[in-house]
Amino acid sequence: MSISTGSSRRVLEKGPSGWLAAPALVFFLLFAILPLLGVLFLSFTKWDGLGEIKLDGLSSWTTVLTDPVTGNALLVTAKIMFFSFIVQAPISLLLGVFTSASQKYRAALAVLYFVPLLLSSAAVAIAYKALLDPNFGLGPGLGLPFLAQDWLGNSDLVLFVVVFVIAWQFVPFHTLIYQGGVRQIPASLYEAAQIDGAGRMQQFFAITLPQLKYTIITSSTLMVVGSLAYFDLVFVLTGGGPGYATRLLPLHMYLTGFKANDMGAASALGVILVVIGLALALILQRLGGKNRNASQLEGA
Amino acid sequence: MVKLTLRSAAIAVTAAAVSLSLAACGSSGPAGSAGNADSTTMWGLTGGNQPVLQKSIDAWNKAHPDEAIKLDFFANDAYKTKVRTAVGAGQGPTFIYGWGGGVLKSYVDSGQVADMSDFIGSNPDVKSRYLPSVLKNGVINGKTYALPNNNVQPVVLYFNKEIFDKIGAQAPKTWDELMALVPKFKAAGIAPFSLGGQSKWPDLMWLEYLVERIGGPDAFANIAANKPGAWSDPAVKEALTKIQELVDAGGFVNGFSSIAADSNADQALLYTGKAAMILQGGWIYQGMKKDAADFVKSGKLGYITFPSVSGGKGDPANVVGNPSNFWSISSKATDSQKKAALDYVKSGMFTDADTQALIDSGAVPVTTGIESKLAASPDKDFLSYVYGMAKNAPSFTLSWDQALSPAQGDAMLANLDQIFLKKISPDQFVTTMNATIGK
Repeated sequence: MSISTGSSRRVLEKGPSGWLAAPALVFFLLFAILPLLGVLFLSFTKWDGLGEIKLDGLSSWTTVLTDPVTGNALLVTAKIMFFSFIVQAPISLLLGVFTSASQKYRAALAVLYFVPLLLSSAAVAIAYKALLDPNFGLGPGLGLPFLAQDWLGNSDLVLFVVVFVIAWQFVPFHTLIYQGGVRQIPASLYEAAQIDGAGRMQQFFAITLPQLKYTIITSSTLMVVGSLAYFDLVFVLTGGGPGYATRLLPLHMYLTGFKANDMGAASALGVILVVIGLALALILQRLGGKNRNASQLEGA
Repeated sequence: MVKLTLRSAAIAVTAAAVSLSLAACGSSGPAGSAGNADSTTMWGLTGGNQPVLQKSIDAWNKAHPDEAIKLDFFANDAYKTKVRTAVGAGQGPTFIYGWGGGVLKSYVDSGQVADMSDFIGSNPDVKSRYLPSVLKNGVINGKTYALPNNNVQPVVLYFNKEIFDKIGAQAPKTWDELMALVPKFKAAGIAPFSLGGQSKWPDLMWLEYLVERIGGPDAFANIAANKPGAWSDPAVKEALTKIQELVDAGGFVNGFSSIAADSNADQALLYTGKAAMILQGGWIYQGMKKDAADFVKSGKLGYITFPSVSGGKGDPANVVGNPSNFWSISSKATDSQKKAALDYVKSGMFTDADTQALIDSGAVPVTTGIESKLAASPDKDFLSYVYGMAKNAPSFTLSWDQALSPAQGDAMLANLDQIFLKKISPDQFVTTMNATIGK
């Protein structure tokens, strides 16, 4: 059977069939929506993980919402989200643009930049923990006293150390997204700009940046929503300490559920986490403008 | 507009998936349990006693192939989370490793562990094998739910003799002497105390001993019994104040709140001479014997009981720490699994070879009549000291984080961390902890 040009044009206009999403939706229902409903149910119960699950009304929610530690966890999460975005976004954009050219040395550099991404978060955390140790770490080892700060034990410093380690691990990933995005930009645009006498800076701001709009949105969504999910790295690096200085919302959820064995409160925190994640993702998509659905979702 | 809604759904999927992937952390279910469904399973802890337990099970399996036990090991902190999740999901092992106290009680309350009272009653040999003070920690409401399975673990004040000699100091017998040593060590460029503050539980040993020395065992007994306002005992506040005075004086090593005890970095400070003293459990002797063999062998490791506090009510011979670790048997195990488990407890545990292996590893078994074996060990000084300390203690208080309910224990460690960081005052600690009573 041959497909007429008329129907293929209609396919293009409407986009691919909605049925293509069906397998993903089935898995999503089974492994995300169902557990999510389970968590929602648990948030109205009292359960220590061992005994009976008892319905307990809103008590877990009142506990969670009146607990100052929850407020602090939200604040810490927001700070980490903000600072890791501020640090990661410009660096990965610039690195992505830089490595998108085709010289051999840039290819070699791109491979080097990529290395941190190959390590698991736990390995990164353990390595940094050893390097930053004030008594046995990098500072005393190299005899450089300014490096022998109490990096992970100082409540004022530790947040920025965490932001740095997160950036070290994830900048390569976003660099890769930007690199792909830049390579999608038609070379003819730059040729035309050169003929018009535009300099490198002008080309960057007038062509590269606007053309990367959707890449920026994709990368930022992943960065911002992803920072709601930082867990393993912080868990191993600081355990949420000192005090509550790096107790992020996901970590707070984990510790409430699996250390304090209060599954009801932990579930309430889980629901809060999902709601914030959804809200942020939708806001960022809105920022993409009205024609966002025309995006080719580069790099997504 | 099918396309649009599906797109939005896909976006939602991505966002939710990222958030939800978190929920999967820590609940990855029991893994690595090969063997048939009915084989008796045992989860042990990595660390000092791992080879001893492995040897014991290997010997048992060789002699009793029909009642073979499948043994897996986990790291301490990871185990505590994993076993609870697994037991709650009905996937726990036959042998549940534990510490007694409030955590054991939570298993008993939810009917997860078997009552072994009848077994103990009909097997007097098993009962008489244990030091009575240790055995009673597995008893809840008059019934035995857990039996000691390894060594007695009191908390000891270790010191580096070489460093003490260097500045001409004596091991402190009172709190005032201890405080007087702090500036001397600081002047010599040595940290007075090492502390694995990031792990939080090492902080607790300071509070436990200070409250014990100042207020006697009753202060914590009231807290453990959930008496309203029990944290308001003046001994608690005085202990917290003393801790903050020691922090102010610079008693703890620079960066103590970023040092993790799990990696033994706190012990390393002691034997490398960067810190003069450390308050830690009897179990770190096994670690130091392995990691710093020369230091231990050449007799540079000193150890004393925690100093007394002037005007304190507690007997200076009283001890805090872990009486032992324990085996409980899952009430959900099949009859054949339970039978194999009890048979092992009866004739596979604390065999002569087991007891000797424990002693050789630098630990003191919780069994009676081992004085001559201890005396024959190359570690006889330390082992006899610990054995005597545990045996003669008028009171042996279980580590508070295990004695309390998990919810209270977690709140206590988090708030104590704040005390060491001077983020809260002793009064705030007392108020917060009083609110957790009964939780």
